[in-house]
Amino acid sequence: MADAVLDVADRSVTKSAAAHSRKHRGPGRWFILGLVSLGLLATLFPFFLTIINAIKTSAEYASSGPLALPRGIDMVQLQKYWDLSDFGRKLLNSAIISSCVAVFGVILSTLNAYAIGIGKVKGSRAILVILLLGIMVPQESIVYPLYYMTKAVGIYDTQLAVIIAFTVLQSAFGTYLLSSVLGSFPREIIEAADIDGASRWQVLWYVVVPVLRPTLMVIGTFFFIWTWNEFLIPLVLLVSNNNQTVTLAMGLTRGQNLSDPVLQAAASLLGIAPTIIFFLIFQRTLTRGVAVGSVK
Amino acid sequence: MAVADGTYAQHRRGYYLYLVPGAIGFTLIVLIPQIANFFLSFTAWKGVGTPRWIGLQNYQKLLADDQFWGSMIHTLMFIVSMTIIPVAIGVVLASLLFDYIRDQFGERLSNLFRAGFYLPQILPITTAGVLWGWILSPLGVANIVLKAIGLAPLAQNWIGDATWALPSVSLMIVWIQVGYCLVVFMAGLSRIDPSLYEAAQLDGAGWWQRLFSITIPMLAPEIFVVTLTTLIAALKLFAPVFVLTAAGPDNATMVPSYLTYYHFFTTQRVGYGAAIAVVQMILTVGLAVIFLRFQARQQVTE
Repeated sequence: MADAVLDVADRSVTKSAAAHSRKHRGPGRWFILGLVSLGLLATLFPFFLTIINAIKTSAEYASSGPLALPRGIDMVQLQKYWDLSDFGRKLLNSAIISSCVAVFGVILSTLNAYAIGIGKVKGSRAILVILLLGIMVPQESIVYPLYYMTKAVGIYDTQLAVIIAFTVLQSAFGTYLLSSVLGSFPREIIEAADIDGASRWQVLWYVVVPVLRPTLMVIGTFFFIWTWNEFLIPLVLLVSNNNQTVTLAMGLTRGQNLSDPVLQAAASLLGIAPTIIFFLIFQRTLTRGVAVGSVK
Repeated sequence: MAVADGTYAQHRRGYYLYLVPGAIGFTLIVLIPQIANFFLSFTAWKGVGTPRWIGLQNYQKLLADDQFWGSMIHTLMFIVSMTIIPVAIGVVLASLLFDYIRDQFGERLSNLFRAGFYLPQILPITTAGVLWGWILSPLGVANIVLKAIGLAPLAQNWIGDATWALPSVSLMIVWIQVGYCLVVFMAGLSRIDPSLYEAAQLDGAGWWQRLFSITIPMLAPEIFVVTLTTLIAALKLFAPVFVLTAAGPDNATMVPSYLTYYHFFTTQRVGYGAAIAVVQMILTVGLAVIFLRFQARQQVTE
């Protein structure tokens, strides 16, 4: 009896010693923490610089330089870039294009994946391979024909053209993802609905989609952000200022020759702001679901 | 039974209807343009009128085009900043966060670090370009910092100097890419049984030994996927170059995508641009096929 108690005590000592060695390893751990923190500060430093400089006055920047903290908050340069680039309009354009692509892309992906994952139509695997190759090849090899075709049918320089292009491109990827999700969808549920006399459409709408809703939301979020960040196709298809997206406007600022460094900082801050907002809202979705985006 | 089979086949056929919208879209936006581009690469065309068939001439010219070979060499150099450095930093950082910070300081802090390193990854590249263009301009922050810490002679016209333009663009790319590698690797590490680390630790293996004998071998599938996807991305590199340097100065940062764009819309040599795009496409498909075979094998072993 005493032995047993001793044994337990003994074991708990060794256990806590092991835990101890795992938990506290002297000053080394602070060194590592410092090192990683330094890396993080270096990564975030450009964001910090943008913020502190975008809210300075030009005179303040000229006198104390980019590294000094701002004395107050001055919105003049932000306002100036906002007006100069018609930023509100750009935001609206980006929001319209990205939302439409998110919604239509998810719908199209779901329809395709329903046929492939649940219907297991013949040639499913070949279809998936073609879709994946289609999105992995560089957009350079489709961009000129797209440019020519949109001109031919009269939708060149419209948001519609960009929405159609990205709905298809994003849904190719969504189909790939959703098909594998639906491939393991419990068959009993589908069969039960079949026996109850539900049509294929009813099964999709009342059985599959409700179960899939969280996944569809994640995929829609990704479509939204990816489309927001797209550059080459909007660059080629949208020429007039009124149709351009935030990302495109940012890409063209170099040509605008923003000689004033504070104005440049203001431009970057306005470009960063929507991303930071998405990031705060969707942080978990984004960092967890990233494996999802690895093919892009 | 035969009747049942018959209805099942019929039943199955009905699913094809659901592929129709997707098939039309994919044909219009991907297949037709892809085929058209392939045909254009054998023609001389200014973008108007009828393309003139010239056989392999575009490809022959490519072989002797210094601008093209330069762009290929630059792609190889950009692989360092797209793939090699971010993967190396990503592995070490993921291992530090997972095997050290999370262990010693808790999961919340390690998640916070992960989110912070990931932030540049979701920024539109063009915005990153405006930001870095501002930092690296002759009177920008980079040079001011160098002067402030007494290294004034090192100050450069970072993106305006042919020697420094490519390393400068590369710096921004590393900044963007590390987050992607880190997040994928950390997701991979969560598969690893923690007792493996504890056992190694009891055997007296230091962090460095654990990195090479546990972390890297266990992360092999993730490292492979990240390497391949970033290689493909390196072949398509466009926006960072467009925004920061416009392939200059003096072609010092010319890449195939920019060269394609340049011939499509500036010189109007559409056939020639299409030929470059075809070369890019073939290289990408080669890598993509390796990727798909690997994924198929993974699914079998799972």
